[in-house]
Amino acid sequence: MDFGPFLLLALMEGLVTAAVLALTASGLSLVFGIMRVVNVAHGEFFMLGAVLAWFVSVSVPGPAPVAFAVALLVCPLIVGAIAALADILVLKRLNYAPEPTIVATIGLLYILQQAALSFFGPDARPVPAPFSFRIQLPWFGYAGYKLVVVAAAGLLLLAVWLILTRTRAGLIMRATQQDRDTARAFGINVDRVYAGVFAMGAGLAAVAAVLIVPIRQAHYLMGGDPLLLSFIVVIIGGLGSLRGTLVAALLIGLSDGVISTFFAPTLAKILATLLVAMVLVFRPQGLFGKRAP
Amino acid sequence: MKADRALVLHLAVLAALLLAHFLAPAYHHANLARIMVLSIYAMGYNIAFGYTGLLSLGHALLFGAGLYGAGMGVMHLGLPAGPGLVAGTFAGGLMALAVGVLALRTTGVAFMIVTLMFAQAGYLAILYFGQWTRGDEGIVITRAARAIGPIDLSDDASRYLVALTLFAAALLVNLALARSSWGRVMVAMRENEERSRMLGYNPFAVKLAALVVSGLYAGLGGAAYGLMFGYVGASLASVQYSILPLLYVLLGGAGTVLGPFLGALLMFYIIDYASSLTDAHQFVTGAALVLLVLFAPRGILGAIRAKAATWLP
Amino acid sequence: MAALTLLEARGLTRHFDGLKAVDGVDFDLRQGEIHALIGPNGAGKTTFVGLLSGRIPVQSGRIRFAGRDITRLPAHARVRAGIAYTFQITQIYAALSVFDNVALAVQGRGSRQREADTNAALARVGLESRAGQVAGTLSYGHQRLLEVAMGLALRPRLLILDEPTQGLANDEIAVFKTLVRGVVPEATVLLIEHNMDVVMDLAHRITVLNFGTLLAQGTPAEIRADKAVQAAYLGD
Repeated sequence: MDFGPFLLLALMEGLVTAAVLALTASGLSLVFGIMRVVNVAHGEFFMLGAVLAWFVSVSVPGPAPVAFAVALLVCPLIVGAIAALADILVLKRLNYAPEPTIVATIGLLYILQQAALSFFGPDARPVPAPFSFRIQLPWFGYAGYKLVVVAAAGLLLLAVWLILTRTRAGLIMRATQQDRDTARAFGINVDRVYAGVFAMGAGLAAVAAVLIVPIRQAHYLMGGDPLLLSFIVVIIGGLGSLRGTLVAALLIGLSDGVISTFFAPTLAKILATLLVAMVLVFRPQGLFGKRAP
Repeated sequence: MKADRALVLHLAVLAALLLAHFLAPAYHHANLARIMVLSIYAMGYNIAFGYTGLLSLGHALLFGAGLYGAGMGVMHLGLPAGPGLVAGTFAGGLMALAVGVLALRTTGVAFMIVTLMFAQAGYLAILYFGQWTRGDEGIVITRAARAIGPIDLSDDASRYLVALTLFAAALLVNLALARSSWGRVMVAMRENEERSRMLGYNPFAVKLAALVVSGLYAGLGGAAYGLMFGYVGASLASVQYSILPLLYVLLGGAGTVLGPFLGALLMFYIIDYASSLTDAHQFVTGAALVLLVLFAPRGILGAIRAKAATWLP
Repeated sequence: MAALTLLEARGLTRHFDGLKAVDGVDFDLRQGEIHALIGPNGAGKTTFVGLLSGRIPVQSGRIRFAGRDITRLPAHARVRAGIAYTFQITQIYAALSVFDNVALAVQGRGSRQREADTNAALARVGLESRAGQVAGTLSYGHQRLLEVAMGLALRPRLLILDEPTQGLANDEIAVFKTLVRGVVPEATVLLIEHNMDVVMDLAHRITVLNFGTLLAQGTPAEIRADKAVQAAYLGD
């Protein structure tokens, strides 16, 4: 293949990565932005989404698109419920004190990973794509499903944005973000908002995983990479800024596709982790964000 | 009197470990050697986290520096085990210095993430530079290279005694440190950084020094681990090895001299026991972390100190 | 009084996002005086002493202390140079004993008699009987006194007290006034204070800040008579 088409392919792959990453990272960003919680177990919610999608795909009879539609609906709800439970049982009792909360989410990471290993097993398992048409470009064929993933992720992100900016629920979330105590004084049930936001953040990771699992397979250790990449995106985009998160996801997703096509992926990851550390050290407001109050 | 009571307690623990050398069955004898080496690492973690309040999620980088400082020194430079141990210790200290200079510009959650990221980059670098580090498969240190003078580290008895010697030195230095005026300054920094600054202490310098001491401990622990058990691999520098000392310290009691050892001992046997019942030992780790932060944030010795024995260092 | 100048600030300035918290203030402290800093809320008093103690970086202007330029010196180094600061909101080591709180101050200046100096500082504020108590369990008034003891234990040349009598009962204020009078003339005291009785009673000289600028400076009598001060602050 010539360089031009090769680059195009790399960019298209990058766009898929970016779309899924944007969804996953927006969940992490939402939780940090509103609750000030750094959720280290976020990658495991992603993993749970994928693993549950596999369970749905083998237990729901009928054609693949039906099972997939069920998975898309059910998995985020289950994962969200698990997250809400974790919030109520653990994080709330810690009063969201930053350091104990992180340690607790590390514990949660281990528990969820072990649960997946015990119930799902150590093997990677494929989930069939709901459809398998290919788009034939002049230089190569391309899986149509991947473009659907990009479109679906775009729509979901739009929905999140609308919820946050145009609905009463979004208004309540933003009020809670501004000032927890004032929100409580105005009769907002802050506990419920927090549980809801934590569930929504986890649900976003899960839905991203359901979308990507027909391309990547489900595996109990698959949460590591999305966690790392989400961290990178959220930190570079400016902690808690949803717009910054989207810009950074696009940037990282595209460059990840391009870089890992041309360079060793391990080297790319080393540079990316160092970049995150350096951004936090020298520019804690992120590369795109303004200084947070 | 107060001073003596604490010293006696620590010497008694060391005496019990010496006694165990003669009495413990082979299985527990081998476990104890490993626990003592891991405790050195955990003591180092405790100096940063327990005493100075620096919650690092990246100590595996310092442990790994010790492992690879010793392992690569032995493999590439042909160092004997003794100098290898020294090289690993200093590698840990130097790595802590390099990380500290950058990471200590941040605090709290940012510090946790920065240290996590540095450790992750270090772990990936071990994999990437495989031609020197042997990447995933790791370095197997030959029996011939595992001798300090006449002492053969691959022999169970001498390994135990070397582990005990290093552990005893680390423990007593830690005790002296905790009771020194500098130990009190570390605690002051943990309790209230701004107050300490306005008493004339330079927060950056105090924290950096604590982190370097912590790195020397972690480096010694890593180097000893690699040389005694004959294996240096990337998995020993993975994020799990950053969480391990945190878990030990939280369980045993952060900011207590014996806490890291007690935590390592209990956790080792809890996981050992759980593994005999089920293969779900990760669940034990996870549940222990959650339960500790929820119900016993001070750990065992921390709770005892608060309730009964305020003299406990 | 021989008017030896201990501290000299020229053109001291600090703005926050366009807010002129401190704007071009010239200020002198004489060796051994009790100097009060007053002004309406938001006049920039805490920012001003923040600049002197080094807790807030100076934007422009110069500070000389005991003949030495300290404008760029970090806060902890200024403490070592002899400027002690007690916080407006009490800052003690709540989990440590009263003794350890003061001992950390004693030890910080390199004292060789840690125990004796600590007990002496505690005795000076009347907390010697509570040396073994955990500091966080002290009453509010005693915590304020402990903070003063920590300041004294540093043996500063300049002691900056940020609203020290806030929240104290009347008898506690009386104790406090005696304490401050005993500090001079070996050390110099700079006092931010809202309680005008305390100010008029204690201070040798007073500086009035308003909107980040120097409004007036003089003896209590002069300040009382100053028309501008009356208009801006005392009068209403």
